[in-house]
Amino acid sequence: MDIRHAIATELPRLRRYARALTAGDTHGADDLVQLALERALKKTHLFQPGTNMRAWLFTILHNINANEHRRRAARPQEVWDEDVPASTFTAPPEAHGKLELRDMARALEHLPPEQRETVLLVSLEGMSYKEVSEVLGVPIGTVMSRLARGRERLRTLMENGPAQLPHKPTLRRVK
Amino acid sequence: MTAKTDPELDTMLHAFVDGELDAQDEQAVRAHLETNAEAARRAEDYRHQRDALHALYDEVLDEPLSADMRAALSAPLGKRAPRVWNTPLWRMAAAVALFVVGGFSGWWSHTLSPSGTPVETAQSTPYVSRAIGAHVVYAAEVRHPVEVGADEERHLINWLSKRLGHDVRAPKLGEAGFDLVGGRLLPDDAKPAAQFMYENPAGQRVTLYVSLDTGRTQTAFRIVEKEGTSAIYWVEGDLGYALAGDLPRAEMLKIARLVYDALIA
Repeated sequence: MDIRHAIATELPRLRRYARALTAGDTHGADDLVQLALERALKKTHLFQPGTNMRAWLFTILHNINANEHRRRAARPQEVWDEDVPASTFTAPPEAHGKLELRDMARALEHLPPEQRETVLLVSLEGMSYKEVSEVLGVPIGTVMSRLARGRERLRTLMENGPAQLPHKPTLRRVK
Repeated sequence: MTAKTDPELDTMLHAFVDGELDAQDEQAVRAHLETNAEAARRAEDYRHQRDALHALYDEVLDEPLSADMRAALSAPLGKRAPRVWNTPLWRMAAAVALFVVGGFSGWWSHTLSPSGTPVETAQSTPYVSRAIGAHVVYAAEVRHPVEVGADEERHLINWLSKRLGHDVRAPKLGEAGFDLVGGRLLPDDAKPAAQFMYENPAGQRVTLYVSLDTGRTQTAFRIVEKEGTSAIYWVEGDLGYALAGDLPRAEMLKIARLVYDALIA
């Protein structure tokens, strides 16, 4: 199979993951996937045939995102001037009638990035702990403890309901 | 011994939910869950989280690939794909998008400020309303949008830097599809200010206003809106910046970050 075809096959999953990672920010998520795609296409010679294409692509995306986080650390956060209803802009993807799902999307935003990544790779992407450990470049034990902490935090946030969630006036975006 | 205080069992519970246990351990956890309602409830909650994530994000799987992704995939291997901004088809699509956004923006800003009052606060730095005003006036200008065009970029920068008594720069915004049109000198209360104008292939314009009249020191990106035009503004060093435009907020933020990154680079 053409390697480009193999990469293209994985793109929908990369996009789903990026979308969840960026709290539903379509532009930021697709920018991230685009960067990962371009880097992967440039580095196809580094991919070892017979190894896990999905894990390779997710690793690239993770590294780009991590770099972006570091680069962005010095940059100001966005603050909405008052009276702007923050919910208008931080709304999760549309058409989720259920309050519970919205709570989930918001709770996810309140996880530290490394817990969010881990929970998403395991629960949304269905990766094994070993795959996640490769993608994130951390030992399996770290994957498991991040997963446990992230899931428990989600549980607490969901149980306490949306009222308990601190209002986030900032948009969390990749770019 | 309860599930809550037993780290090993805690780990096993997650591994159980994720199908990571061998048959023997799985059997052990199953037996434990029969007698421990709290652990059973947690396992149920974790599964529920998984279902909720799929319900939220699985629809992304069905989205068609973006034009940029398709372009990257069809380019020869090892080469960077050309961005599709300049292809005729994209121009057409962008023109249509502009029309749709234009038709939409009235409604959109209306929902933002149902009372009809601008979403601007008393604390807004004064130069920001002047930046919005300058955007509204000059972005609509067909024949003379700028005093000095991008073809004389060096002269433009030198001139404005001299007049402001400060090094100013016109960041490259090509990554967002916007090219420099040029700039002009403006009055900013009693001081000079600079305005740079950018345009994308669809003819949408954003302006970057550079002011000496910062008023205060603050490092956040702040956002105000006035009658459909929004401005993202921040202070960096001695200069106040305001990016004004009529684009959706996500786009505006993206461009503001590009500007910011370019200016501190």
